[in-house]
Amino acid sequence: MTKSRLHADAVTLQYRDNVIARDLSVAIPDGSFTIIVGPNACGKSTLLRALSRLLPPSRGDVVLDGGSIDRLPAREVARRLGLLPQSSLAPDGIAVGDLVARGRYPHQSMFRQWSAADQDAVAAAMAATNITELAGRLVDELSGGQRQRVWIAMVLAQQTPILLLDEPTTFLDITHQMELLDLLADINADGRTVVAVLHDLNHACRYATHLITMRDGAVVAQGTPKEIISERLVEDVFGLPCVVIPDPVTDTPLIVPRVRRASANSGGDAA
Amino acid sequence: MNRPTDFGDRFLVVRVPRDGPGGGLSMRVSRRTLAACMSMLLLILLFVVMSMTSGDYGIPLSDVARALTGQGDETLKMIVLEWRLPRALLAILLGAALGISGAIFQSLTRNPLGSPDIIGFSTGAHTGALVAMLVMSGGYYETATGALIGGMATAIAVYLLTYRQGVEGFRLIIVGIAIAAMLSAANVWMIRQAELQVAMSAAMWAAGSLNGLGWERLLPVGLALSLLAPSALALSRPLRQLELGDDAATASGVSPNHVRLLLAIVGVALIALATAAAGPIAFIALAAPQLARRSARTAGIALMPSALMGGLLLLAGDWAAQHALGFELPVGVMTFNIGGLYFIWLLTREGRK
Repeated sequence: MTKSRLHADAVTLQYRDNVIARDLSVAIPDGSFTIIVGPNACGKSTLLRALSRLLPPSRGDVVLDGGSIDRLPAREVARRLGLLPQSSLAPDGIAVGDLVARGRYPHQSMFRQWSAADQDAVAAAMAATNITELAGRLVDELSGGQRQRVWIAMVLAQQTPILLLDEPTTFLDITHQMELLDLLADINADGRTVVAVLHDLNHACRYATHLITMRDGAVVAQGTPKEIISERLVEDVFGLPCVVIPDPVTDTPLIVPRVRRASANSGGDAA
Repeated sequence: MNRPTDFGDRFLVVRVPRDGPGGGLSMRVSRRTLAACMSMLLLILLFVVMSMTSGDYGIPLSDVARALTGQGDETLKMIVLEWRLPRALLAILLGAALGISGAIFQSLTRNPLGSPDIIGFSTGAHTGALVAMLVMSGGYYETATGALIGGMATAIAVYLLTYRQGVEGFRLIIVGIAIAAMLSAANVWMIRQAELQVAMSAAMWAAGSLNGLGWERLLPVGLALSLLAPSALALSRPLRQLELGDDAATASGVSPNHVRLLLAIVGVALIALATAAAGPIAFIALAAPQLARRSARTAGIALMPSALMGGLLLLAGDWAAQHALGFELPVGVMTFNIGGLYFIWLLTREGRK
């Protein structure tokens, strides 16, 4: 078994009477770039919410460093585990630097509002996400890609060894998606454990060191993409007939969907 | 100031001791905010001086100074120390209370209209105070208790009526406006039912006025505020995190529901304090946080500038109500008129969004 600071042990996750997952166990390997994939409503975001204690399990425990995450002080958890939620709100008229600085909250107190460590962490987070030049700009004025980097910088400034991200590439164009995933891979290479929920299976295969596939609130398979991705698995999990070929750039599995009808362009040649 | 990413020129950072990575005391405030707060303090000082000197009985500044240092004849000391000074100080404190309360609820609802005077909490405090006055023919402490209970009960009612798997700011405002309308109707009815003598004093009070208030009112208000204001400031950091949304706030180590409950209690207590002391004074809670945000250029709503702006607005409003028109108005009528214009501007601006 690999080591895991963060794991869910036989958790039941539900919103009111709506049970999303029953008896689910997942361990996040330390130092991994774990990506969770699965069809819509498979419970992947719900699992991430549980891992970040936004959704307390109705049964079972989410365990962080050997203790139940719900019994740890909120501040203590926030120093070990950072989260980028699916949507956050930027206060009116906030500058980029100020928003990033809010990530320092769990390290500050009423009488220790801005230590040298705070300043260094914010500067490092902004440098890592390449937004140093934007420090004085208003967040409202930024493009979607820039704004997402600002939010990530805020979570980075929190300086947690574990980082969870809920669909961080949504609403970004392809270039910004790749930039963002590269950034997360860099962060992971710097020694942090990164966990992300993603929609795009091919992106997941390229970047994940540990891939978790889910369906109907249960884990179907997990491991490195090369170990687990097969035509059969993709059909099982997503109900999508496909061909899996080696990615010409990264040699990771590349999923090419089969379609019922060949497109109009290629139809003529095939016949 | 040791690296290019520093926001050094926009912020004033104070650290004790100067070095050391995490330990010690440290503070950071934006220079713009600091400058705005200083200007508001200066303006407050200016209006205090104007309140001391102007009136039916004009007193030159030198005589004010003499009275303040305990010299001069009895009439002079009486006017300056017993009448004008406590009234000005009370205006500052009550205005600050209204400003902080407005800032708390506007930030919690994420809406400039989510102010206690719009969403019924002030009206509820007013109702509670009226009940104390009319039914128990209350003195100040009974009225204050009535205002507190009325404000709290209204807040709870608005919250429960809004609750649908969580509380959404805009819905809360609509529910609050409806409750406020019903409560004002009840208030009018209560005054009409009361005996003439009681009804007259209740109606005078209901206009919102600092008339005839002295040290005996200032002391309890000062005492209550010395508890409530630090509580509010202590909660201002988690309040700022809540502006990022509940998920992000939780992720940074804040317990949203817990913090919201504490803030709501402090906010209602502040509005009840002001209502009990001087009657319902409209629009300070609505206008102060927004004007403060624009002049101090803070991100989101900040408590300290809102408190100063509230104090300044009520002090200036009270001065204008006494001296600007040649006849005296209750300050509540003054703030109502100024606030009404501001409210129309705010509604049209929000409507265009």
